Amino acid sequence: MMKTMMMMAMMMGVAMGDIVDKTCKQTPDYSLCLSLLRSDPRSSSADTVGLGLILVDKIKALGTETLGQINMAYKTKPMLKKPLDECNLRYKTIVDVDVHTAIIAIRGNPKFAEGAIVDAGVEASVCEGGFPKGQSPITGLTQKMNKICDVTRAIVRMLL
Amino acid sequence: MASSDALLPISAREEDPLLSDGSRSDPNAETHGRRRPVKGLLAVTFGLFFIAFYVALIATHDGSRSNDVKFESDGTATTASRARLAGVSEKGNDQLWKLSGDRNTVAFSWNNSMLSWQRTAFHFQPEQNWMNDPNGPLFYKGWYHFFYQYNPNAAVWGDIVWGHAVSKDLIHWVHLPLAMVADQWYDANGVWTGSATFLEDGSIVMLYTGSTDKSVQVQNLAYPEDLNDPLLLKWVKFSGNPVLVPPPGILPKDFRDPTTAWKTSAGKWRITIGSKINRTGISLVYDTTDFKTYEKLDTLLHKVPNTGMWECVDFYPVSKTLVKGLDTSVNGPDVKHIVKASMDDTRIDHYAIGTYFDSNGTWIPDDPTIDVGISTSLRYDYGKFYASKTFYDQNKGRRILWGWIGESDSESADVQKGWSSLQGIPRTVVLDTKTGKNLVQWPVDEVKSLRLSSKKFNMEVGPGSLVKIDVGSAAQLDIEAEFEIKKESLDKILGDASVAAEAEEFSCQKSGGSTVRGALGPFGFSVLAHESLSEQTPVYFYVAKGKDSKLKTFFCTDSSRSSFANDVVKPVYGSSVPVLEGEKLTMRILVDHSIVEAFGQGGRACITSRVYPTKAIYGAAKLFLFNNAIDATITASFNVWQMNSAFIHPYSEEAVRALSRT
Repeated sequence: MMKTMMMMAMMMGVAMGDIVDKTCKQTPDYSLCLSLLRSDPRSSSADTVGLGLILVDKIKALGTETLGQINMAYKTKPMLKKPLDECNLRYKTIVDVDVHTAIIAIRGNPKFAEGAIVDAGVEASVCEGGFPKGQSPITGLTQKMNKICDVTRAIVRMLL
Repeated sequence: MASSDALLPISAREEDPLLSDGSRSDPNAETHGRRRPVKGLLAVTFGLFFIAFYVALIATHDGSRSNDVKFESDGTATTASRARLAGVSEKGNDQLWKLSGDRNTVAFSWNNSMLSWQRTAFHFQPEQNWMNDPNGPLFYKGWYHFFYQYNPNAAVWGDIVWGHAVSKDLIHWVHLPLAMVADQWYDANGVWTGSATFLEDGSIVMLYTGSTDKSVQVQNLAYPEDLNDPLLLKWVKFSGNPVLVPPPGILPKDFRDPTTAWKTSAGKWRITIGSKINRTGISLVYDTTDFKTYEKLDTLLHKVPNTGMWECVDFYPVSKTLVKGLDTSVNGPDVKHIVKASMDDTRIDHYAIGTYFDSNGTWIPDDPTIDVGISTSLRYDYGKFYASKTFYDQNKGRRILWGWIGESDSESADVQKGWSSLQGIPRTVVLDTKTGKNLVQWPVDEVKSLRLSSKKFNMEVGPGSLVKIDVGSAAQLDIEAEFEIKKESLDKILGDASVAAEAEEFSCQKSGGSTVRGALGPFGFSVLAHESLSEQTPVYFYVAKGKDSKLKTFFCTDSSRSSFANDVVKPVYGSSVPVLEGEKLTMRILVDHSIVEAFGQGGRACITSRVYPTKAIYGAAKLFLFNNAIDATITASFNVWQMNSAFIHPYSEEAVRALSRT
């Protein structure tokens, strides 16, 4: 399903030479960028600010999902309480603070949005790093967060 | 994390200099000479190995340091040499950084004790929340005024309004109520940066950028409600705002930070505003007689391709011959003009020295190869320092520089501790009359009023030495030091052909930090250092031999081992610094909890760093002098002062009265 969507998206992009395609080409992960943006109907009529906001929404959604996983892990892996507490704090920062700052700054003063998005990646990495090796219940989600932040950051930098 | 480094034996000695044929005994030595940088990967591997090693040794470690300092009767000190692994946390040029390689096995958490220590004692900061750019600094009716970008609601950027504070001496401040808030459509999305101008009648006008309700950047006029109020508590916005909107060809978000105005020879006022066209950074010029209507010049003050958006442009004259400040309107044959801009792309402030042509409002740099914003062009500060702004202090005839010093930690920590950002200690700025090619900055003299007890030291420090400097509490210090490399060491290195030139390749940022030993450096101080040196922040000179057999001196701050925390940025900062014939090497360091400001060679190179130690705090913060050079013996002569708090007060009439009496 994902593959088909991506194929369609790429064909559309090539056919229309549209802003999403052009924008994603300038990010470190073209196919991830495409799949994230195409999955949101607003992308077809968005400018760079709009595309950035779509990705910030994705960061928020992923952060919220990860918070859910963290909550569940308290019950399934109670011995990891300390790193889970740290992750809770870090991901709350991502969802409540970084996302909010990025949203307001993207419109007005994008360098502050860049800072917030870089910070989101940092918070995710620090949370992950707190688990003993191999014991993180959220490694996949951390990696996804870092990738999305890298792409989002690249788009925000286009606004500088 | 355990400090395995404390137990390492010496390992940095590369080869025996006495080998008669000058050949390398170490097949692994780098081709560029005696310096062998430890590769990052090696460092990580070593780090992990020694964590295991340390765990095995922990039972036998009795806590004593492996270097004992013994003072000889003549004041020289001997210590056991030690080499240390290079730091492991790296910050890339584009401010992207990865987690440090030395992972904890337990999650690192900031606790309130560590966080509350970070607040400074004598640097300007609001009681809480976020601050950024300095705004509209000025001196009026006996008070220095400081305004700043402020978020009254959170410890992150947003909801920006103008904070306000006053001082008699640029050091002891009292906070005042907010000067301007976002209460008009033309600044609904932010009351952004601006500058003050004094009119001939002594009144004040303030021009500032507003982000409108549609996020368009416009320029607005404001002025004090009551010029008889020395505190300038209330400000009035001109009813005809905005006075400037983005002109044709300029995008609505590329038009901000108007400068102080200067008088043209035609008798008009002139301002400049930074912007960009595609990737070319530019500065637009406007003339006005009343600050309400403007004519835009067809010419730009200046432009430099590929530098991106120019924020916080500053433009001012400096004397070619006198060590004093000049009013912004001064012009003439004995004057050069500085163009400075903050580069949005890189968050670096750059300046260049040049010539201003009043007839058409243009400026050209003396040296176009280091034009404003080019990566190699001059910087006020080689560390964390942005959005800076100068003003002419007519009280003491000085030009004074303010700079925004942001945090280098994570936003969770900022939210947890409830604040973010500092201002640097205000600095005087003058042209370096000896070189003519750079500015010289120095902390304002008034900072000396904070000096409490002092201790004077004079010592000779051999290669590979570390000396603990006993000054009691070491989180609030003013250090002034003079260094000299012993002539024998210098002659030997300069005369030794087998000592290859490295000056051309060396840089503070890329050459591995203070643990990498060269023939003639690094040497300096390690501040905010734990007894075990597991956390430390070296500030040092590195003298390198150049291809022409001349010496080149670098001045660096290495924050790579400043903290165990893995969510803070820990770069090595610095630059080369001019050292003229006959000059000793001098440095001054202001230490104030989580900020370290270093001034090399009288302020020819300045480095501001933010550091967040987790252990080297409160009573555990110490000061060391070190000489990591392989060959050079240095003499160090220095003074260390304990620094008092500036006791910056929240607003109250009583606090104002108390300051008025000083």
